[in-house]
Amino acid sequence: MTTGKLFKLFKIRGGVHPDDRKQLSAGQAIEKLPMPPLLHIPLQQHIGAPAESLVRRGDEVKKGQLLARNQGAISAPVHAPTSGRIMGVGGYPAHHPSGLSVRTITLKPDGEDEWLDSLEPCDDYDQFSPEEIADRVARAGIVGMGGATFPSAVKLNLRKRYSLHTLVINGAECEPYLTCDDRLMREQAMQVVEGVKLMARALGVEQILFAIENNKPDAQASIREAAEQSEMITVVGLPTRYPMGSEKHLVQTLVGKETPARGLTADIGVVVHNVATARAVYDAIVLGRPLISRVMTVTGESIQHPKNVEVLIGTPLNNLIDYCGGFTEIPERLISGGPMMGQPLPSLRVPAVKGSNGLLALSGKLNRATTEMPCIRCASCVNACPCGLVPLDMANHIKAGSLDSSVKLGLLDCIGCGSCAYVCPSHIPLVQYFNYAKGELASRQRTQHKQNETKRLAEARNERMEKIKQAKREAMAKRKKEMEEKKRKKAEEAAAVAGAES
Amino acid sequence: MSEETTTFGPYTHAKSSISRTMGLVMLSLLPATLFGLYQFGWPAIFLFLTTIVACVVAEAFSLRVAGKPIKPFLMDGSAVLTGWLLAMTLPPWAPWWIGLIGALLAIIVAKQVFGGLGQNLFNPAMVARVALLISFPLEMTLFNQPAPLFSAQAPGFLESLAITFGSSDSIDAVSSATTLGHLKTELGQGVGLPEAATTTASIWQQLWGQTSGSLGETSALLLLLGGLFLIYKKVITWHIPLSMLGTLALLASLFHLIDSDSYVGPMTHLLSGAAILCAFFIATDLVTSPVSIRGQILFGAGCGLLIYVIRTWAGYPEGVAFAVMLMNACTPLIDHYLKPRIYGRDRKGEPLVYSNEGADSK
Ligand code: SF4
Ligand code: SF4
Repeated sequence: MTTGKLFKLFKIRGGVHPDDRKQLSAGQAIEKLPMPPLLHIPLQQHIGAPAESLVRRGDEVKKGQLLARNQGAISAPVHAPTSGRIMGVGGYPAHHPSGLSVRTITLKPDGEDEWLDSLEPCDDYDQFSPEEIADRVARAGIVGMGGATFPSAVKLNLRKRYSLHTLVINGAECEPYLTCDDRLMREQAMQVVEGVKLMARALGVEQILFAIENNKPDAQASIREAAEQSEMITVVGLPTRYPMGSEKHLVQTLVGKETPARGLTADIGVVVHNVATARAVYDAIVLGRPLISRVMTVTGESIQHPKNVEVLIGTPLNNLIDYCGGFTEIPERLISGGPMMGQPLPSLRVPAVKGSNGLLALSGKLNRATTEMPCIRCASCVNACPCGLVPLDMANHIKAGSLDSSVKLGLLDCIGCGSCAYVCPSHIPLVQYFNYAKGELASRQRTQHKQNETKRLAEARNERMEKIKQAKREAMAKRKKEMEEKKRKKAEEAAAVAGAES
Repeated sequence: MSEETTTFGPYTHAKSSISRTMGLVMLSLLPATLFGLYQFGWPAIFLFLTTIVACVVAEAFSLRVAGKPIKPFLMDGSAVLTGWLLAMTLPPWAPWWIGLIGALLAIIVAKQVFGGLGQNLFNPAMVARVALLISFPLEMTLFNQPAPLFSAQAPGFLESLAITFGSSDSIDAVSSATTLGHLKTELGQGVGLPEAATTTASIWQQLWGQTSGSLGETSALLLLLGGLFLIYKKVITWHIPLSMLGTLALLASLFHLIDSDSYVGPMTHLLSGAAILCAFFIATDLVTSPVSIRGQILFGAGCGLLIYVIRTWAGYPEGVAFAVMLMNACTPLIDHYLKPRIYGRDRKGEPLVYSNEGADSK
């Protein structure tokens, strides 16, 4: 390992220093959640097309068995988190603020927890080719576990289209409260580092930067130790600042280059993966285990005993709350993820999914919603925005209904980090405006797309009809011609006969 | 996943609020204010209170007329701060109605007519000051020598009541010009600068504030202290104060070097009049200054330039209010043209392109 002490960092603009409140759960070692009575496993836990169910009500499945296969290039399969019986495949509230019903497989564990080796474990994983690694990662259903849930194999295959030089491992965990990555790095450093090396091989990069914020000295130390043998890995301590973990800003901090607007970090030769994803890769390739569980932080002032727990995918969240001793008071809010970018939960019935890193029960005392006041143009939001935007202007334009001008101001460059709303003294829900506008634009685009599609279909149909008509006309003309030909021939023949007869 | 969600984060918030911001500004004004009130005695205290109370009442009245909730807007402290700043710029022994009219102008004309908090184009206190200066040139330029509370030359309580609320005859006896006003008059009469300067307050007196001048503008040192506190507390950034004072000092030094006989040196410019107060508390007014860093630097430099020009070549010895208002008028334009650069884009807004793409990777 090369030492990261003298690693030169580059400055990013903006950012905020929220009270990190990680001490609530940082000292708690990862515990395994007892088997819940029922698991609800959604078919879509990733960005892309939902997986297609392969099981039916009444089927018996083994732990690790493929339950649903990926559909299309950007998708991920889903596996059984334990052995048991399928109770049904149908609608169940999604792990999403809307709580809308999505297709979900319900599994009743039989308590045996019996494995089926869907991916064979292997010792000679050093021999794996990049293709084999990416293929296994795809088959294991691994997605970005920092919350982005983009299928990891697609990201590992970026080497085919970009020339990559650096793999960045995102151990920033800059969201307040969350400690699951911290614990993972402290407790399973070896697995994480092995996973990282496998990903680096799949990507064909020459260096690995393992970035960890300086508020996690223990994690830095254990990763340093685990990476000691590796020349490629540099552990880099990051200044503690939100949103340090934003992919593009993390890369800028480390390599000093901005990712071009609307581009990928791969455009500048860098790919970023999360710590938990690295462990999942290790599990998949070395142990032959698909992604069926993850570590979550259950915390907040309203939780009796904040903990870091390893949960099976599909575990209803109320099992986690119960395991942590329940609530000390009625929480003001229940959040999935961190308090900056997390989303409110519709209920505790919804299941844990591959992208869930935290379950927060926030107390009203600390997070009271206050009345919104007019903007006083204090520029706090401008100074806090890591993307160089002028949030107050964008919000004004959105309020006035002119979405297009807000786009001109950079709405689509906004990463939704919430730094602006965090500092606003007038408590203006800036992110709400931006997300509303982004949603509105997306739906407009969809409508536009639909219209175009309808138009295209209609045109195609007309064309088809026209062709058929044309064909008919031609056929008719041909027949007519043939008939005439025949007639003429007949006439000629008749004439000839007549001529001959005469 | 779908976008049809109703609430968004963040679900945690910095301990910031408008009242906290305004409170910090007042806190940082406190030392200079207390000093001013002490040095100019009871009449100054009466005037100070009258102005603030008038502002608050005017604000409450306007909110009522506009049908807005009164309590949250009064509690935000912006009206008090406006009154406070206005009072700081008034001659300390000005009669009560100057404070009252000023307050009405500031709150009603300059702020509420524009749409209330956050909507005004011009700094309310400066609008009031300019309007008062034009309408009541006599009352607005009558400055008195410091007469600290409880000192021998200080007027007693009743006498002070008469000064502020009674007829203004008694004032003439004690009137005295500000440093800048004095120099301007003398220069106008053909007296050379070195000569004229001997009769003004020393640099030390100006620094401390033991000189005649507006109620809260005299103590450059205490104002500076308050200003630095504001920067430390991140209510304002250093860009406007530095660019403004820097420009002012630069121009003053330049002309002073060229002709030290007719141009006042930089120290006098910086330390006298409203320069320091303006740099930290008025030009930096959040609502009426640009939001981007580059915009703020331009804004500050513009203020500094205009202050120098007006002080030196225009009819008013004190150019701060005019300068700030002129620059306020430019703020929307500055904000439109000087935006921060968006991440991943160049200054024109096009996505970045790396020409050495192939070379530096692999
Ligand atoms: S932080 Fe809030 S009040 Fe300040 S400029 Fe931005 S939107 Fe306006
Ligand atoms: S949410 Fe958007 S506008 Fe606000 S600070 Fe983050 S990137 Fe900037």
